Amino acid sequence: MEPLDQELDEAELEMPTEPMLLNVGPAHPAMHGTVRCVMELSGEIIEHVDVQVGYLHRGFEKMCERGTWTQVFPYVDRCNYVSPMLNNVAFALACEKMLGVTVPERCQWYRIILGELARMSDHLTCDGAMAMELGAFTPFLWMIKAREMIWDLLEEETGARLTHSFGRVGGMASPPTDNLKDNARAVTQHILSVVDEVEKLLLGNRIFLDRLEGIGVISQADAISLGWTGPCLRATGVAYDVRKASPYLKYGELDFEVPVGTTGDCFDRFMVRLAEMRQSARIIEQACQRMADKGPVNIDDPRIILPPKEEVYNTIEGTIQHFKIVMEGLKLPAGEVYAYTEGGNGELGFYLVSDGSGTPYRVRIRPPCFLITAGLERIITGAMMADVVPSFGSLNMIGGECDR
Amino acid sequence: MKNETVALGPNQVVGAPVPRPQRSASVQTYIPEIAKGLGITMKHFFQNTKEMAFGQRNDPVLEGIEDGINCISYPEQKRPYPARFRGVHRLTQREDGAPRCVACLCCSTACPAQCIHIEAGEYPEGDPRRGYERFPKRFVIDELRCIFCGFCVEACPVDAIRMDTGVHAAPYDSREQFIFEKDILMGFPGRDGSRLTGNSRHEPGEGGHPGVDRDKH
Repeated sequence: MEPLDQELDEAELEMPTEPMLLNVGPAHPAMHGTVRCVMELSGEIIEHVDVQVGYLHRGFEKMCERGTWTQVFPYVDRCNYVSPMLNNVAFALACEKMLGVTVPERCQWYRIILGELARMSDHLTCDGAMAMELGAFTPFLWMIKAREMIWDLLEEETGARLTHSFGRVGGMASPPTDNLKDNARAVTQHILSVVDEVEKLLLGNRIFLDRLEGIGVISQADAISLGWTGPCLRATGVAYDVRKASPYLKYGELDFEVPVGTTGDCFDRFMVRLAEMRQSARIIEQACQRMADKGPVNIDDPRIILPPKEEVYNTIEGTIQHFKIVMEGLKLPAGEVYAYTEGGNGELGFYLVSDGSGTPYRVRIRPPCFLITAGLERIITGAMMADVVPSFGSLNMIGGECDR
Repeated sequence: MKNETVALGPNQVVGAPVPRPQRSASVQTYIPEIAKGLGITMKHFFQNTKEMAFGQRNDPVLEGIEDGINCISYPEQKRPYPARFRGVHRLTQREDGAPRCVACLCCSTACPAQCIHIEAGEYPEGDPRRGYERFPKRFVIDELRCIFCGFCVEACPVDAIRMDTGVHAAPYDSREQFIFEKDILMGFPGRDGSRLTGNSRHEPGEGGHPGVDRDKH
């Protein structure tokens, strides 16, 4: 009989070393939208990750082919549901590009003010949620309270907090309210103070800095080749902002800066968003100064815009025009167009194909989130499990826009 | 590792770099910064408790934007909805209590959610409105399908449907209760308490209107 210890020497000590598979999402508190990450973990290191999107797919593009061009507005509201007004403006601009018309100046300023407020709400949500996921709950509450003010303002302007359905081809659903400028100034003042306070609270916190600095780094080349745009691309140092690169509305006449990062890590993405809120405040102030108090908001073309109600009630021409637009839908000329604007997360583009009937032939959205989420795999592979939370949070993936 | 800031596009846009973390000694040693951070939160905490204790709570409607606690104790306290708020629909009435609606189906066509169902009917023989316009025999809105976009109000050519009740969609027990029939919709008053239409179009037979008796001229 052999001694026991000899057997031990010869035998291999077996350790279960196959990687552990871990599912995060689709309904995980750290996953903003409904996205599922299947991770292969070796200890705490992520060896391989499979990011699966599509849990919020509602067939946005197909649904748009059912109704009229105007009936697309409620759908675009529900794409990026943190800044729906930017989507409204982007889609209206795409249709107007196809028609070859430009809305009156007052409407352009109005769209800028509402759009920049929506951008602020987008950035407040992203930075607030990012801080909350790292354990800083107070800044989240402050920022959400500030966002609430934006939504109250938008409710006063549009009639609904979130699903505004306020954009129209050739104008807006209603003219600005009388106290828009006062409200916008008061709200931006308050948001700036919240941003300052949040900065004071977070940027001296070493735990917060340690968890963001050098985490989720992406190179400029990678970001560009993945098609990243918006704050995530600017965090790598590329100063690409559609508002500057190919100005639309009145952005070319406004004085604002494009904040960029230097390393492309989570901290830069956080800071770029904070800095952009300050720039948005500058834009809103300038737009408030330059927007006229009186004047037309909608373009003067009865083929595009519904006639005023008094005319519909009392004249046969108005009634006929009204019925033609409502029953047949607004007719966009046959052709195709790609129009792009700066959304909350980057370049928000609409590629529209019209066959000349009142119904869209094809509506294709270029959602910035989809391309940004495609880069998630690259920035978290090889990182620690805990780094997923700030990395994913800083990308600001919005399910409705990513999955359509 | 620092990336170069690149200038892009025909405008040669140059970005303004954001600051990197300042890791001073006080940040690296945790304690002083924790005290500072707590100081900021405590400032808010004491301010809020003081306001609560002395009954100086902000009025959530008038001072909703101010610092401090702006909670609305729903349902005891309600925030009034803004003038443009799109609430539950209502059908406006004429002077004699008949629905203003002429069953033209504009609203149900414009509705992206297809939640409006209208069955049109003729006014009875002898009614001056017979042959001039129709009326809705049934007018049903499924408030569960409705997405409150307001397109129906915009599409109405006679100011018959409005969303100015100032009432948000109420919760009910069953799906049937969300199907609003004509009588329910006509029962809601507007914000100003009136059920009348604002449409200035004349009734048939009245002077100045270009309707049924046009052929006689």
